[in-house]
Parts: sequence; structure tokens; C-alpha cells
Amino acid sequence: MTILADSAVHAALPVTADRWRVEPRALMALPALTAMALIFLLPLGLLLAQSLWDANGFTLAGYARVLADPYYVKVIWDSLKLAFNVTLIALIIGYPAAFALARARGRTQVILFALVFLPLTVSIIVKTFGLMIMFRREGIVNWLLVTMGFVDRPIRLVFTELSLVVGMVNVFLPFMILPIFAVIRMLDPRLADAAACLGAGPIRTFWRVTLPLTMPGIVAGASIVFSIGVAAYVTPTLLIGERYMTMSQVMAKAFLNLRDFQLGATMASIMLMIALVIVFASSFLARGAKGGR
Amino acid sequence: MMAGLGRGLSWAMLGLALVFLALPILMVIPISFSSSPVFAFPPQGFSLRWYQNVRNADSILSALSLSAQIAFLSTCASLLIGTLCAIAIVRGYVPGGRAIATLMVSPLMVPGLVLGIAFLQAARQFGLHDTYMTLLLAHIIVTLPFIMRTVLASLSLFDFTMIDAARTLGLSYPRALWKVMVPNILPGFMSGALFGFVASFDNYPVSMFLVDVRTKTLPIQLLNQLEISPDPTVAAVSTMLIALTVCALIVCDRLVGLRRMAAI
Repeated sequence: MTILADSAVHAALPVTADRWRVEPRALMALPALTAMALIFLLPLGLLLAQSLWDANGFTLAGYARVLADPYYVKVIWDSLKLAFNVTLIALIIGYPAAFALARARGRTQVILFALVFLPLTVSIIVKTFGLMIMFRREGIVNWLLVTMGFVDRPIRLVFTELSLVVGMVNVFLPFMILPIFAVIRMLDPRLADAAACLGAGPIRTFWRVTLPLTMPGIVAGASIVFSIGVAAYVTPTLLIGERYMTMSQVMAKAFLNLRDFQLGATMASIMLMIALVIVFASSFLARGAKGGR
Repeated sequence: MMAGLGRGLSWAMLGLALVFLALPILMVIPISFSSSPVFAFPPQGFSLRWYQNVRNADSILSALSLSAQIAFLSTCASLLIGTLCAIAIVRGYVPGGRAIATLMVSPLMVPGLVLGIAFLQAARQFGLHDTYMTLLLAHIIVTLPFIMRTVLASLSLFDFTMIDAARTLGLSYPRALWKVMVPNILPGFMSGALFGFVASFDNYPVSMFLVDVRTKTLPIQLLNQLEISPDPTVAAVSTMLIALTVCALIVCDRLVGLRRMAAI
């Protein structure tokens, strides 16, 4: 419609320009496109090239080295496993929470929404620092456990895989709740009533009506949490350190400490490919969720 | 009965999630006022010594100033080039508008560490060695996707015939954009700029490879401090950052409305 209006305006103006000439206002897109090309696309291309070329020309040695080394394979596997666990737990907490948020009304909803949204604006480093304090021997978690009599003495929480998963769920949970909330809010609550009228029980209604309709939100939330989880750096570094190496940590170490650029570039390229796979998988799943209706 | 159970469960989960989300943030505040250098709960004593520490810590203050500058300048640059590009996309001046719009938000899906190291190597290869400039350019890619997303959304609702009307009344095209379009899509600008600023100000993964010993952004400075010797000074800085965030959110809520900002 906008294009139609535009051509109407053009028809009204005297045509002096050659019809083959590029629309001069297309140049408005040029600065941003140049920035994208030079700061985003070109560097990523060079990085990919760096993982594939060495002094002797084209080689897959970098990938062969990483994928043949059980240590690096374990790092990749551990990163994926961590991201999967975090996504799953965030979904289990986030889905019902988003439902309650969407069913809240008026002022209550605004306040609850702000409470979910606010932590996103607080620096991830501040939150991770808070988590470090919570999990310490003298921290609030141990204090609660001892005070309530669950344990006799403070237990070790820092530098455990459990605290890492809990910490990452904490940091990424809003990214799960908000997209699901956005979808549920659009959902007509009468659909569930209609299903009930037609004789479906609550469980059947949920499986056949509510869950399929909210699938786009689940796909969106899960793909965001998984993709930032698999690339997470700060939370693993501070909460567990070298005991649980993720791809990001290996990559940072390769560039900053080992100065092994082939290893770093290869790890970075693998992360980039995982990110691409997530994008394609989520858009495929989202289309499936829409088509399945 | 089952439905009631489900409702109860979902409210319980929301309550749990909210407490869980707030806890680490709330944990930082009392620690910053405690008088002991260990982070014990419940905190012991009251003092402002960690805040005095911040005032004397040049490294933190210069990092704060650098982060604010980089965030402000990169957001301004992205607002300018992003808006121009969004107009060209929405008005169909360029072919493949949808593809360009997707390209513009795609950095969001690329791990920040990968972006950072890729840009660092490219910059060095092309002879750019200045840390400040490198950081600033890299942060344009951090802020641009947020700005593109909100500005595209607001522009698609803007009636461009108003621009034509303004031109009929004698304004030049750039002046018409400035006088008519900018005030109309100000909420989109505001929320895009806020998201962009926060994303840049908080960004550690892209900056991580780009900083040097003397030029560090605030997140990197805090991260280094936490890795070496965490003490309540970091808690004091964090508390001030939280206070700043809350103030910014209140201002934005008054100006635009939080719900509306988060919706786009």
C-alpha cells in the first residue's frame, strides 16, 4: 500500500530522471549497509576463512584437530548440554509463569510485568556477582538451609554444576517468559472454554488447544535461551571457572592466553554455525507450529 | 478442579520466578552497605566505606566514563544510519527490503564473543589500531539491531503522506523528515535508543577482545575485578548501576510507558 501511494506521488511529479537511474533515495540505506558489511559481514567472513586457511592454503586441519580431540569434543558437548538443561528448566518455570502473567489484569499485570522485565536491564555481571554471593558458604542459600534445618553445616555450592545451571536459568529466564507471554496474551481464553463445552477435559484441552497455539512463543523463547546459553561466557567463568569449560571459554583462552588463532577461529566458527542452525531450526519449527493449526 | 489446580500452579511458578529473579539483585544492595569485606549473610555492620572506595578508584570511574561515551555515541550513530535505512526499507526505495531488514537484526543471533574477535582481527588487518575507535565501531553493530527493530516497527505505522504534505508546504525533504516524521515516531526512537544504550553499556562479550590495559569499559573492569579480588566495592558500583537503571526506567515509563516499550 505504501508503495502504491509512493508511485502515485511520483506520477504527479514531472519525470526528469532517466527511468533506468537508481532511485536516489535508495542511497539512504547506504550508510547502514556499509556499516553492516564492514563491521559485521566482512569480519565474520575473514574469521571463517581463518579457520579454513593456513600458510599452505586451504585446510581442514583446524576442524580435524578440534573434532578429533576428545577434550574439545567434550567442551562442545558440555556447552550444548548446559544450554539444553538451562532451556528446559527455564521452560518448565517460564511457561506457567507466563500464563499467570497473561491472566493477571490491569495494574497487577503492569507491576508483575515490570518485575519480570526489570532484571533484564540490570547488568549480567551484577546479577552473576549477586549469584556468587548467594552461593557462598556464608551466603543466603546456605543460611536458609541451615536455619530451616535441612542441613547441619553449610554445604559447598560454588563451583558446582548445579549452581551453574541455577545461575544461568536466573540470568536467562526473562528471555523465556516474555516471548511466551506475548503469545498467550493474544490467545482468546474462550477457545479453552469452547473445548471444554465440546467435552474435552482440562488435560486434553491443554494438549490439543492451548499448547499448539502457544507453540510459537515456546519456539521463540527456547531458541533465544538456547542460543545465548550455548555462547554464555560471564556466568560460567565466574560461577564455575575452569572446572566446566564452555566453547566461549575455550575460544577466549585460545585468543587471549594461548594465542592459538587457528583453534580460536575454529571454535568461533563452530559457535557461529551452531547459531545459524538454531536460527534455521527455529524458523522451521515456527512455520511448522503455524502450519499445524 | 484440574483447571483450578493448573491456575494455582501457574501462579505459584510466577511467584517463584519473581522471587528467584529479584534475589541476586537484592543480594548486592545490603552487601554494599556492610562494614565487613566478606560477603556474609545476614550482612554485619553498616558503613559507606565501599562507596568512598568507588570515589577513589580511578580505574572504575574512567571505565564508567568510557562506557557512557561509547554507548552514547554508538547509539546516536545507529539512530542516524538506522533511521535512514529504515525509511528506505519501509518506502521501498531499495529492492529486497525484507532481506535487508533481516540482515540488520541478524547480529542479535551471533554470539558476541565471535563478533568481537572477528571485528578485532579485521580491524587490525586493515590498520585500525585505535582502541577507542575500534570499540565505537563494534558497538554500532551492538546497538543497530535494537534500533532497527523498533524504528522499523514505528515507521511501518507512520503515514508518509504527511511528509508529502509538508513538502507541498515548502519544506525540503530532510527538513520534512526532521519536523514531521521524527516527532511522530519519537516513542520508537526512545525505546530503541534506550535498548541500544543499555545493550552497549552492559556489553562484555563484544568488548572483551577489543579493550586494552588502559582503555576498559565498565563491564570488563567489573569482570576483571571479580575474577581477581571480589570485594564489596563491586557491590557498591553495582548498587549505583541498579539505582541508575531504575531511574532510567521510571523516566521511560513516564515518557513512553513500559508495556509499550517492551511490546516492540
